[in-house]
Amino acid sequence: MSRATYTPATRTPPRAPRLRFGRTPVRSPLGRAVVRHAMLLTVIAIMLYPLFWMVGASFRPNNEVFTTLGIWPSNFTLDNYTEGWTSGQFSFSRYFLNSLVITGLSVVGNVVACMLAAYAFARLDFPFKRVLFAIMLGTLLLPYHVTLVPQYIMFSELQWINTILPLVIPKFLATDAFFIFLMVQFIRVLPREMDDAARIDGCGYWGIFRRIIVPLSLPAMGTVAMFTFIFTWNDFLGPLLYLSRPDMWTVAQGLNNFVDATGQSAFGPLLAMATLSIAPIVGFFLVTQRLLVEGIATSGLK
Amino acid sequence: MSITDSTRARASTSDQATPSLSHRRRQRRRAPGEAVAGYLFLSPWLAGLLFLTIGPMVASLYLSFTDYDLLTAPRWVGFDNFAQLFSDPRWIASVGVTLTYVLFSVPGVLIVSLAVALALNKGFRLLSAYRAAYYLPSLLGSSVAIAILWRQVFGDQGAVNAVLDRIGIHMGSWIGSPDTALYTLIVLNIWTFGATMIIFLAGLRQIPTEYYQAAAVDGAGKIRQFRSITLPMLTPLIFFNILLTTVNAFQAFTPAYVISEGTGGPANSTLFYTLYLYEQGFTRLEMGYASAMAWVLVVALGIGTALLFASARYWVFYGDER
Repeated sequence: MSRATYTPATRTPPRAPRLRFGRTPVRSPLGRAVVRHAMLLTVIAIMLYPLFWMVGASFRPNNEVFTTLGIWPSNFTLDNYTEGWTSGQFSFSRYFLNSLVITGLSVVGNVVACMLAAYAFARLDFPFKRVLFAIMLGTLLLPYHVTLVPQYIMFSELQWINTILPLVIPKFLATDAFFIFLMVQFIRVLPREMDDAARIDGCGYWGIFRRIIVPLSLPAMGTVAMFTFIFTWNDFLGPLLYLSRPDMWTVAQGLNNFVDATGQSAFGPLLAMATLSIAPIVGFFLVTQRLLVEGIATSGLK
Repeated sequence: MSITDSTRARASTSDQATPSLSHRRRQRRRAPGEAVAGYLFLSPWLAGLLFLTIGPMVASLYLSFTDYDLLTAPRWVGFDNFAQLFSDPRWIASVGVTLTYVLFSVPGVLIVSLAVALALNKGFRLLSAYRAAYYLPSLLGSSVAIAILWRQVFGDQGAVNAVLDRIGIHMGSWIGSPDTALYTLIVLNIWTFGATMIIFLAGLRQIPTEYYQAAAVDGAGKIRQFRSITLPMLTPLIFFNILLTTVNAFQAFTPAYVISEGTGGPANSTLFYTLYLYEQGFTRLEMGYASAMAWVLVVALGIGTALLFASARYWVFYGDER
């Protein structure tokens, strides 16, 4: 779509006959819609091209990877996948298993811990609540650098290096305040009448939490679970710090090590493994994108 | 009018619907056991706050005045680490790289995301598909896989050079040249504008259409409407997005690490602050020095955030009515 379409050199009179599409401002609603869709689609195509290229290249013979700009592989092959999967000291089965365990525990921990804290902030009254809530919001803006070194020292004193504990335990302690905030926003607008009804029926705080708040908050919990999954799956610095033994590595580490080990020679297998490493994220996204997009719109989560 | 504001507004309207109840709730004494229950529910988060945030912050403040390598006990050195920072060429380089990255990618992300949000804010049928397609990269941007892909796309024989070749421009590797390497990372950050765009889009949908109708009646054109209605109404979200994007940009690590193979090269051109901190703290085990670096960052970001908040009353418009 040419730029002239939407930056016309001169203003044409409203009734001027349209000589050539693209030289005059498009005035009909249909024309404008076409132009808008064309622009939006062009930007999407440019943005997503690298991703599609990577997927296509991963199915090409290794010697063709560099030479083709197209997306569809003409000589379809799965060699890159079989070669890449077992290339390292440990196969990617190991890395995927490690990533799955860490990510799964992180999701459970984060959802439970954030939900507990969010219920307290959204519904209960206790001394210093406002101060603590302000501190919670403050930790949103705190750069993680300042806790990195002492946490490492602490975890190494605890003999937790080369275990998954330094990656998983913080999730059970709700250290990511974004998720608490997201859930507080959600629980706040749930009708309080249900709490009152449950209280009259003899529920304590735990009962209200378990029987009223949790079932009503399932959408928010789903959003938090998806984001935790994606962030943990992508996390690289954490595993890099705490998992130095190759049999403990996550997918991200295995992939990074693959770069160092192969350089340019095995680009096909590298792209194949890179494709596999983001496949779970893209898959989850396609299934749950409505949940994710609504979550981000209510909390500004990134 | 931000989303959170509207949620709060909705909450307060439902309170007003039952004025006697909400009045009583505000005045009533805390129910017996409520304080205990509150702290019990909060206990995992409180433990995390104490042991994983506040404790380590204090420890790192102490370590920043010491020489510590994890093996021998910390040795007090006063302000030596801080003095050393300002004469460390790599530290100065890392500050320059990080500031350049922030100064280019934050406005880049904001402008692109606002432009796309405006284009999408027409309520057509394929909206959710477009939204999803624009949003996807922001989920992948911090992954090792995308950093590897970026090395390829901006590499010697990558897609960018292949396109440029066809129009007769011959470039070397964008990743391999100190003049361009950082800009490939800025492009990567702008590529992940989708999350910011969705926040803008949600904000645009909250602007009452009556405002535009009234302005059109008064003869305001599209550009005038944008400047006098859309932009002021969005300022709370612009503020919020500047804050979030900036904080995130300062924390970037993975792409620079993967693209430069941990070195911050070529010629320190991708030596992000975080990357240098990682190198000092965990490759060279200069943990005192790394802690000093962390505290300088916290103080600098704290001042920056305070200035941003102070500036808000001059340009952020909080509507006095819904």
